[in-house]
Amino acid sequence: MKSIEETIKKLAGRFPGVPFSASWFRDNCRVHVPATIIAEVLSYLKHDCGFDFLADLTAVDYADYPDSRDRFAVIYCLTATETGDRFVVKVFVNDPDPVLPSAVPLWNGANWLEREVFDMFGIRFAGHPDLRRILMPDEFTAFPLRKDYPLRGRGERHNFPVLTRDEG
Amino acid sequence: MPLTLTEPVAQSTDTREYLWTLNFGPQHPATHTTLRLILKLDGERVVDAIPDIGYLHSGFEKIGEHLDYNQYVTVTDRMNYISPLANNIAWHHAVEKLYGIELTPRCKYIRTILAELARISDHLLCVGTAALDLGAFTAFLYAFNQREVLYDIFELICGARFTTSYTRLGGLMYDVDERFIQRVRAFIAGLPKTHSEISRLLDRNRIFVDRTKGIGVLTKEDAINWSCSGPVARASGVTRDLRKDEPYLAYADIDFKVCCATGGDVYNRYLVRMAELLESLKIVSQAIENLPAGPVNVDVGGRAVLPDKNQVYSTIEGLIQHFELVMWNRGCPAPQDECYAAIEGPNGELGFYLVGDGSNVAYRARCRPPSFIHFAVFPMLIRGQTVSDVVAVLGSLNIIAAELDR
Repeated sequence: MKSIEETIKKLAGRFPGVPFSASWFRDNCRVHVPATIIAEVLSYLKHDCGFDFLADLTAVDYADYPDSRDRFAVIYCLTATETGDRFVVKVFVNDPDPVLPSAVPLWNGANWLEREVFDMFGIRFAGHPDLRRILMPDEFTAFPLRKDYPLRGRGERHNFPVLTRDEG
Repeated sequence: MPLTLTEPVAQSTDTREYLWTLNFGPQHPATHTTLRLILKLDGERVVDAIPDIGYLHSGFEKIGEHLDYNQYVTVTDRMNYISPLANNIAWHHAVEKLYGIELTPRCKYIRTILAELARISDHLLCVGTAALDLGAFTAFLYAFNQREVLYDIFELICGARFTTSYTRLGGLMYDVDERFIQRVRAFIAGLPKTHSEISRLLDRNRIFVDRTKGIGVLTKEDAINWSCSGPVARASGVTRDLRKDEPYLAYADIDFKVCCATGGDVYNRYLVRMAELLESLKIVSQAIENLPAGPVNVDVGGRAVLPDKNQVYSTIEGLIQHFELVMWNRGCPAPQDECYAAIEGPNGELGFYLVGDGSNVAYRARCRPPSFIHFAVFPMLIRGQTVSDVVAVLGSLNIIAAELDR
C-alpha cells in the first residue's frame, strides 16, 4: 500500500500539471490518466516504478453507466513481479474515433489483449503490429461488447456466408 | 461487408516457394478442443505458426452483463471445464471483493480444499494428455483413474460431476459432510501412488525426455513480458504465485512451497506440474484436518447472501431474504465501483475485472483467461522446432479452448 502511494507521488512529480485522480476501492488503487500521455505513463511505470507485468488489459463501455461522461475506458492492470503490488491505470476514450497508442512495444502480452479489445469494442490501438479481429469472424462488422449491441445479436448468426467444399 | 482495417494485416515476407502450409485443426485429436493453427513448414521445421481462434466463442462476457452474480457462476463452469471449481471460486472471489463480504472460516477452508482439488484434477489431465500426445498411453490412464475419484467427490458435494456451480455469493451451495472428509482422506492416501507411477513412467523415459527437453523454451524475461503466469511462468523461473504473494482464502494459514524450475522448456513445465500435485495434496491434507466448525454462509444480516433452506422454511427473516434475492426485480445492489480480483488458478492467474453499477447484475464481467494469454506465446515457442513438437508444446501450455475463446 505504502509503495503504491509513493508511485502516485512519483507519477505526479514526473508529469507535473497532469490531473491524476487516484482512487482506492478495496485493495485496488486506480489512477485515471489522460489519453494523450498514456504511452509515457505506462513506459514510466514499467521502467522506473517496477510494474513490469501486464496482468490484464480490457475495456468497458460506459454508455449506460449512471453519471458517466465518457464512452469507453481502457483498463491496464499492472503488477510488479518483485513486490506483488497491483496498480490499475484507466484511460477514457470517446467516439467518434476511439484510438490509443498501443502497449505492444512495452509488453508483448498486450498483443492479443489489444486485438480482443478492438474486436469487442472497436477501440483502435495505433502502432499495433497486427490489429485484426481475434474472436469474431473477419467479416463481422459490429462490436459485440458495446452496450448498444443486443444480447442476441442482429441476426448475423443466420447470415454467415456458406462455403462449399468446391469453393474452399 | 468485410471489415476494413486502417493498417494492413502483417503478411509474412517469406517468398521461399518450397515452404509448405499445413492446416492444423480446428478438428484434431491433439488440439483437444477446437483451435486452429496455420503452420508454415520448411521440410519438418516450423518456420511460422499463425493461430486462428474464436471457434468456441460464446460471448460469456456479454452474458455476464445480463445474469446476476449468482446465476453467472453456471457460465464460469463452462470456461475452463477441466477445473470448473477453480472458476467458480475465482468468480465469487471477485464478486465478494466488490461487495466487501468477508467469508466465514469454514467456507474459506472448504473453498481452499476445492481449489486445490481442482488444481490436482487440472494437472492430472494436463500431464496425462501431454504424455498421451507423445505416445505414452499408460500415464494417461493412471491420471484419469484418479480424476474419476475426484469427480466422485465433486458429485458428492454438489450433485454434478462436471458443471459444479458450487459457490454462492458469501458462501457455498451446501455445506460438506463427514462423507466428503472421508473421501478426501482416501484420495489423499491414494494419489501419491499414482503420482509415483506416472513419475516413474515419464521422468527418465528416454523417448519422453528426448521429445520434451529443450523444446519450446520460454525465458524468464519473455515469460514476464508476455504476461505468462502459473506453471508456465514458474517453469521459466518466475517465482510468482498468488497463493503466496497475495494470500486469499485460507492460504495464509497453510504451509506449502511454490514449485519453480529454471529450464522453461516442455519438460520443466511437466516437472513443475508434477511437483505442484504433491504440494496441492499437502495443502488439502492440512486444510481437511483443520476444517473449522461453524456456519458455511455469511450471516443473513449481510443482505446479499441466500439463506439456507432451513431458515427459509422456519424463520420470517430467512423467508424475506430469500424472496428479496430470488425475485427478478429485487436483489442486493452491488456498490457502484469496479475492482480486479484474481486467484491462482490451475493454469495461471485467473482474474475477473468487475464493474458494478448499483444493481445485482454486473455492468461488465471481464475474465482474464490464462489460456488466451498463454496461447499468444505459442508461435514464438514453436518457431524453429519440428512438426512433432507442435503437440508437445501445445500440451505443455494446457490450452483449454473454452477458456481461450469464452
